[in-house]
Amino acid sequence: MKITRKDFLRLSGLSILAAGAKQAVRAVEQERLTKSRPAARAVRWGMAVDLKKCREKDGCNACVHACNSAHNIPQFADRAHEVKWIWTEPFATVFPFAKGSYSTESDSGVPVPLMCNHCANPPCTRVCPTQATWKRGDGIVMMDWHRCIGCRYCIAACPYGSRSFNWQDPRPAIANINPEFPTRTKGVVEKCNFCEERLARGQKPACVDACPQGIFTFGNLADPDSELRQLLRARFAVQRQPELGTGPSIYYLV
Amino acid sequence: MFMIEKAFKGGREYWIWLTCLLSIIVIGFCFYLRQLDAGLAITGLSRDVSWGLYIAQFTFFVGVAASAVMVVLPYYLHDAKEFGRVAILGEFLAISAVVVCMLFIFVDLGQPARILNIILYPSPRSLMFWDMISLSGYLLLNAIMAFVSLRAEYEESRAPQWIKPLALISIPWAVSIHTVTAFLYSGLAGRSFWLTAILAPRFLASAFAAGPALLILLCLALEKFASYDAGKEAIKKLAVIMTYAMAMNVFFVLVETFTVLYSGIPEHLEHFKYLYFGLDGSFNLVAWMWTSMLFAIAAVVLLLTPAWRGRFLPLACVLVFLSLLLDKGLGLIVGGFVPSPLGSVTHYAPTLPECCIVAGIWALGAFLITVFYKIVLVVRKGVAG
Repeated sequence: MKITRKDFLRLSGLSILAAGAKQAVRAVEQERLTKSRPAARAVRWGMAVDLKKCREKDGCNACVHACNSAHNIPQFADRAHEVKWIWTEPFATVFPFAKGSYSTESDSGVPVPLMCNHCANPPCTRVCPTQATWKRGDGIVMMDWHRCIGCRYCIAACPYGSRSFNWQDPRPAIANINPEFPTRTKGVVEKCNFCEERLARGQKPACVDACPQGIFTFGNLADPDSELRQLLRARFAVQRQPELGTGPSIYYLV
Repeated sequence: MFMIEKAFKGGREYWIWLTCLLSIIVIGFCFYLRQLDAGLAITGLSRDVSWGLYIAQFTFFVGVAASAVMVVLPYYLHDAKEFGRVAILGEFLAISAVVVCMLFIFVDLGQPARILNIILYPSPRSLMFWDMISLSGYLLLNAIMAFVSLRAEYEESRAPQWIKPLALISIPWAVSIHTVTAFLYSGLAGRSFWLTAILAPRFLASAFAAGPALLILLCLALEKFASYDAGKEAIKKLAVIMTYAMAMNVFFVLVETFTVLYSGIPEHLEHFKYLYFGLDGSFNLVAWMWTSMLFAIAAVVLLLTPAWRGRFLPLACVLVFLSLLLDKGLGLIVGGFVPSPLGSVTHYAPTLPECCIVAGIWALGAFLITVFYKIVLVVRKGVAG
């Protein structure tokens, strides 16, 4: 096929016009969508953890067990190779401001459930060289275990120690495999996914449902009328190291 | 183009040396196959210390690669003729060092088969993406410069004119590879040990000390084993560069130490405590860190004393190289992870397989340098004779 100069110019002109038209149509459509959707529909999932209620039931690990069995989390004897999505640490370890101060002496040993903070500005997604971890529109920080190359840059970047690496094949170390959730392979990073698979079915996260004390209040941080926001207005709550600018979505009621 | 046939001519010692290196490479490779099968669990790495010897060695050798600029800059920019015989050695050292760096990254990956994902899903917000670009660009620049100018020498013609702009580009490029590598660490909010603006300058200073130290030792080895004279003047100038770079590095370390000690912020302080005094019963890096510091001081004293700097130059080079290898190739990375963000102190010691893989990569680097330098020597001797 031979294209003359005239043909070429005509074609290019038409292509540019078509591309411009497409953009315009998309913009109009976008505006129509945003208008039809009320502002309250914006979602940012978050959670409040009532440490006072948690303290009342000493030695309870129901949330950890529920998460472990829901997500096929391997149990290794060697602490070095641990994989954990939710676990507990003493209060003074989690909140450095409480270290060595008399005012929080009474609380320093209280166990605090820890998990991914699903930050508003996550350092882990910023450093990932393959976009294997990213933040969803609803605030959940996701992991693609099939894309992750296992460089562990995200582990270095996370200020909360919320990410685990599969140092070896995890499958032999899972007691009962839950067929409804994928298992992982060696050499990839994983972490709490805020039970996005349960949220998609309209359920609450496994830890929330498992807690006998009801210490977890899961909800929409973007909705000022949500139960979560009302609770945060009523009680004094802290986040883990908010001074780092990460904007954690997990609040601890103290 | 690569004149690889020149590397097949050599005496008995040459072949024995290459065979030794090759056997270390094979041992390292076998351990790597084991790691590939069993996972990184066979290393000393853990949930808390998730980067160790591999990444630390990568960091150190990026510095060695960048230091080629210390011969390229005087030779191409200031027309320093005395670097004529050593410039190409620096370029080949850079090529070998970049290959070593890339291998250290590769063996650290949990899923190495997916490495192309870095290119398939380019992420300009990640410093690792820029590190890949700067390292591969630097490798390409040095490979072109070294082989084209060597070819010209072989054909007894002048190197093409376009080599000079490439050499000039490679100067800031060398600075960029090590700056980007420092930014990998210094941009992480949760790791207070690395969160300091002095990290990149410190990386450059230590690179411009460790690289020339290695280059001087290589030149001296060439003189001894291959009776190739790289030029007394060049070695002397390299020694001066190394001296001031090392002095600057020591100064930068002291500046950082002062800031951390005097401000006394526990988050920053604890990493130093762990490295130099031990923390929570973990003392395994203390001896190494003090060795590194003593070597650094001894080297600076030797190099700054007029009566000693000539006589003890080889010793001073060894001290500089080892001091920085321990500081940057071990302590700097492990120290950033201990204590962890949650304050736990986790013991890290490289395992036997890990050390063998590291030794294998070193041997591969030495193998490349040997072959490259052999080609240079055969070409130059052929031209001279």
